[in-house]
Amino acid sequence: MAGPVSRGRPPDALPVLTYVIRRLIAAAMLLIVVSMIVFTIFYVFPRWAGATPETLATRYVGRTATAETVHLAAQRLGFYDPIWVQYWNWFKAIFVGSTYDMGTSIEHCPAPCLGYSFQSKTPVWPDLLDRAPVTFSLAAGASIIWLLFGVTVGVVSAVRKGSLFDRAAMTVALAGISLPIYFTGLVSLAVFSYALGWTAPGGSYTPLTTNPAQWAYSLLLPWITLSFLFSATYARFTRAGMLETMNEDYIRTARAKGLPSRTVTLKHGLRGALTPIVTVFGLDLGLLLGGAVLTEKTFSLNGLGKYTVDAIGNQDLPRILGVTLLAAFFIVFSNLVVDLLYAVIDPRVRTA
Amino acid sequence: MSNPRKKRLLAVTAAAAVTALGLAACSGSSGGSNNAATTTTAAFDAANGKIFNPSDKKGGTITMADEGEPDSTDPGDSYYGYTWDLMRLYGRGLVMFDVAPGDGSSKLSGDLADGLGKPSENAKTWTYKLKSGLKFEDGTAITSKDIKYAITRTLDKDIFPDAPTYFDDLLAWPADYKGAYKSKGVDVKSAIDTPDDSTIIFHLKNSFSGFDYLMTTSQAYPVPEAKDTGAKYKEHPISSGPYMFATYEAGKKFTLKRNPNWDAATDPQRKALPDGYEYSMNVNQDDIDNRIIAGDLDIHVTGTGVTPATQGKVLSDPNLKARADNPTLARLWYTSIPTTVAPLDNKDCRMAIMYAMDRTAYQTAYGGAFAGGAIATSLMPPLIPGSLKKDFYPSQDNKGDLTKAKEALTKCGKPDGFEITMAFRNERPKEKALAEAFQQQLAKVGIKVTPKGFAKKDYFSTYAGNPPYVKANNIGLAANGWGADWNDGYGFLAQIVDSRVIRETGGSSNISVRMPEVDKLIDQAAVETDNAKREALYGQIDTLVMDNAVIYPGVWAKALLVRGKTLTNVFVNQAYGMYDYTSLGKQ
Amino acid sequence: MSPAAPGTTTGSTAYETGIGGLGEPPANAYLSVRDLRVHFPTDDGIVKSVDGLSFDLARGKTLGIVGESGSGKSVTSLSIMGLHKPGTVRMQGSIRLDGQELVGAPAETVRGLRGKKMAMIFQDPLSAMHPFYTVGDQIIEAYQVHNKVPKKAARAHAIDLLGRVGIPQPNKRVDDYPHQFSGGMRQRAMIAMALSCDPDLLIADEPTTALDVTVQAQILDLIRDLQRDFDAAVIIITHDLGVVAELADDILVMYAGRSVEYASAHGVFNEPQHPYTWGLMASMPRLDRDPADRLMPIKGTPPSLISVPPGCPFSPRCAYAARVGAACVTERPAFHAPTSAHYLACHLDDGERMQIWSDEIEPNL
Repeated sequence: MAGPVSRGRPPDALPVLTYVIRRLIAAAMLLIVVSMIVFTIFYVFPRWAGATPETLATRYVGRTATAETVHLAAQRLGFYDPIWVQYWNWFKAIFVGSTYDMGTSIEHCPAPCLGYSFQSKTPVWPDLLDRAPVTFSLAAGASIIWLLFGVTVGVVSAVRKGSLFDRAAMTVALAGISLPIYFTGLVSLAVFSYALGWTAPGGSYTPLTTNPAQWAYSLLLPWITLSFLFSATYARFTRAGMLETMNEDYIRTARAKGLPSRTVTLKHGLRGALTPIVTVFGLDLGLLLGGAVLTEKTFSLNGLGKYTVDAIGNQDLPRILGVTLLAAFFIVFSNLVVDLLYAVIDPRVRTA
Repeated sequence: MSNPRKKRLLAVTAAAAVTALGLAACSGSSGGSNNAATTTTAAFDAANGKIFNPSDKKGGTITMADEGEPDSTDPGDSYYGYTWDLMRLYGRGLVMFDVAPGDGSSKLSGDLADGLGKPSENAKTWTYKLKSGLKFEDGTAITSKDIKYAITRTLDKDIFPDAPTYFDDLLAWPADYKGAYKSKGVDVKSAIDTPDDSTIIFHLKNSFSGFDYLMTTSQAYPVPEAKDTGAKYKEHPISSGPYMFATYEAGKKFTLKRNPNWDAATDPQRKALPDGYEYSMNVNQDDIDNRIIAGDLDIHVTGTGVTPATQGKVLSDPNLKARADNPTLARLWYTSIPTTVAPLDNKDCRMAIMYAMDRTAYQTAYGGAFAGGAIATSLMPPLIPGSLKKDFYPSQDNKGDLTKAKEALTKCGKPDGFEITMAFRNERPKEKALAEAFQQQLAKVGIKVTPKGFAKKDYFSTYAGNPPYVKANNIGLAANGWGADWNDGYGFLAQIVDSRVIRETGGSSNISVRMPEVDKLIDQAAVETDNAKREALYGQIDTLVMDNAVIYPGVWAKALLVRGKTLTNVFVNQAYGMYDYTSLGKQ
Repeated sequence: MSPAAPGTTTGSTAYETGIGGLGEPPANAYLSVRDLRVHFPTDDGIVKSVDGLSFDLARGKTLGIVGESGSGKSVTSLSIMGLHKPGTVRMQGSIRLDGQELVGAPAETVRGLRGKKMAMIFQDPLSAMHPFYTVGDQIIEAYQVHNKVPKKAARAHAIDLLGRVGIPQPNKRVDDYPHQFSGGMRQRAMIAMALSCDPDLLIADEPTTALDVTVQAQILDLIRDLQRDFDAAVIIITHDLGVVAELADDILVMYAGRSVEYASAHGVFNEPQHPYTWGLMASMPRLDRDPADRLMPIKGTPPSLISVPPGCPFSPRCAYAARVGAACVTERPAFHAPTSAHYLACHLDDGERMQIWSDEIEPNL
């Protein structure tokens, strides 16, 4: 009876694999649709609204540009081509790359080529690779803080429902949800960075690989600010989930076994309440990886979110397309991860 | 106000009709700011007209932040006032504005050239001689050919769409010339001739007395052909100045370090005190203000001034106010009074408006004395040579003179007033406030004003700058504004008072001035190479326009700037309307 | 075997107040409940779920607590286990487990007894087992909380237990999740979990309600066999007299939070004394009954536990209340033992009640 024991039935690797592949194909299709929608919004709608290739091109030349300059720009950006040709050229470049005239040389943009910025004439893909670590750092740190903090507060609030702690925490949480990040961000910058000098000023980001301590220091305030918002949501969410779970029959069973209340609350209660938290977390994280727009803008962090805002502000279509696609990818991908995580969390999903 | 694009195209077409008059040497005073006023006491405007904290201490890094991005760091592809101020750190032109506070910067001196240009008899040919011992950052010598190459490459508007088109239009290029890339190998001797490495001769299509001003622009900074990387050159422009590119991260940041091959002996103007510069892009503007106040940042590089929120903070805190400067810019916010709209074809009806409007209300609409500007009594801002110091329509406390306004109305046969529409740009709340101020104030004398907003992008092409539309829609007032490319009467006035720039199909910023005598004076001034005489001509133009009541001058724009906490040698360079970036040092 | 407590004289205090009814617990009683009152304060008023309940139970014996839903039988079991949410309940009276008083004992003390000295089997094993942990893990956990043994030993113990409750291939099924078990197997696993620490008291709350009939019988057999093996005291809580007919030594019939009849199983089944018990028996399906006869459900519904009528709570539904008159609605009937060790709370005169039983009720069952 003792000795090595097999852990249940061997997992069916094949169905999992086909499932993942099926989901990945669907994700790729979705990304194509997203790119088409973005393309339509920024390339087709203006044309329907009466814009000509020249009026579109005026955005990408100096304000004193002559008609000839504008014409050249429109030509260079391919605005005279039919829309579907423009889309196809953009789409094709992702797989086979493309070339751009630098004046003194012809520059090859290797796959995955997401085009060249209209504004700065630099390739988009390296930009994204360059910006992503900032956003990842921001999202990773903030999500760890808000998970630890939000979930802890939620659990304690649920266990001590109606207590002073519960009421205070939920009031603060409501404030956290209601206050916009550019408000909390600017206020905390003014107080902690400029008045007290405890945290790094805005715009100071040190890569993790350069100096981990400096990295954490430079991101501390953005992390806390961003996680404040999410902690609030997660505290309320966790509390509601815990209150529901703690009424489950299996919690009564756990107590009937004589388990200490800590074990009952965490091992049985929190575990049972975990599924919706993980779902929301996956989506939040996916959304955040595409760029924490307000936080990055407020703290002048050069991540994907600020890149998006700047790109939209400059009407820099290749950048908008590229970063949107990447953001969509993160959301689709995190959805997939969440679905796979379901199976890890809830064994009932595995066999279903 | 927040638009950093200060520069405007100089319409060389206006100069086209001009024939040459005599030329006199624009006596170029060389050498910097030795005898300028200085102060070490922190006070409001301490760096405006004076050098604040003069120092020769070298070392440190000056940090700058931009709420957006420069159009380019390539000197050949940029058209912002602040980039022109900044690019002098890593680029030198043949000529430069003197690095000096106050009026000192209105003087031009040779930079790479040993003096100002030598114009030919008719001011159609300009010759410059380069100093000796000039080197690029890589140690190669700077020759006249590098300047020629720099100008020819910027003609490629496909690759460099941002720069102004002065050189395209002014110089006598060969037919169908398309710039250094697309017309590689074509001889451009007809436009720019380089008989030897230290001589460069420019051949103009028409006479132009202000050519030296053009030689201050970054477009004419030398570029070594062997190192040109086209659209990628901006990532590392080859320096001819005291600093060179150390790092460049598109859309984020670049840093400058000392250029070992820059020889101070050839450059008496630039102090080159700090060891380097750090320039951050796309930084939240509130954050920029806060960091400057806290001492974490030295310079808000676009020079557009603080946000309204910071303005309140700065003005209410004596310590902060002592760190602020409030320079006047070469920009006028004004209102056009089109003479094509009845009854404004009658001068007295226009004068009624000039008298009735409350100038303080105008100022308030634009944000008050500090962020908005000083009350303007004529067109040219005070820092432009030749500007007038005369009030054409005086009133008690600038509140307007209703009695005189009513008299004027009676004289023009509309004692009970009339009805007009006032145009403004929807995107600009200040202009909307202005239109409402006009509505309120003119109502006191019976003139009924209906404000009407239009989209900014079509404002000049379709509405306020479109003469048939103006007439058909009874637009008797139109909010307007103008900033000079450089501080002289031509750069400021040509585009807004020359009737020949008015296009009947729309698109002109001159909405209301159609005076042949003004046009004539402009032509006269364009070829007048004697500074004093030329400035007097611009003063005459200003007087004519004011007397004729076709422009209501509102405010001469000002910006509220805050000095970095540890900066030395700070002063406002009037040529750029912001701190001079070549003179700064660190404590 | 009759109830362990010898009947007290009809003059005792508890008897007078009409609540207690039993005297000092007998020496062999493992569990003694005296005058238990479990009240839940709510916004609408105090819910008196249990309002004066007493019984005794010895090791190796089985007590069946029978009543309709809402009669307080589940609340009783949770009170013994100390599983009510703290702060929601007011408990009075006495619950003595192996001589130790549980009412008012520190929560931590009661927790230490749970699983070890007293264990419980719940009605719906699917919802009562954690869906995210394997059956084995849940048994191991129950074992390890009271026994400091390595995981491996605990696991062997779990497999052994699963085998004893009749799970085939227990060394494989130990790693299954609850949803991979059938209903009957889940209940067997529940029982294994409850027995993991060899408890002296096992409470089974409606252990077979969620199961189909053939499985029901198997589970009941299992409980009986295990009780013999483990020599535990067992409480089976059910709304169905049939479930306890074969299993129980004693039977306690509850109505509206009170005990209405308490006697040996033999006594309750052969000579039930209380009109409510009669009703329960009439509504019980029996194999020896003529299928043509319809079951006779008790008319009416149980009273609200917030406002239990004064007097006999069953009187509004009692067909014989008229024979007593006003006392049924004004006076709470005393819990007494007219014959030895057969307690009941009814106003009917003893003789009349026997008359009704033999004349009207028994012939129709």
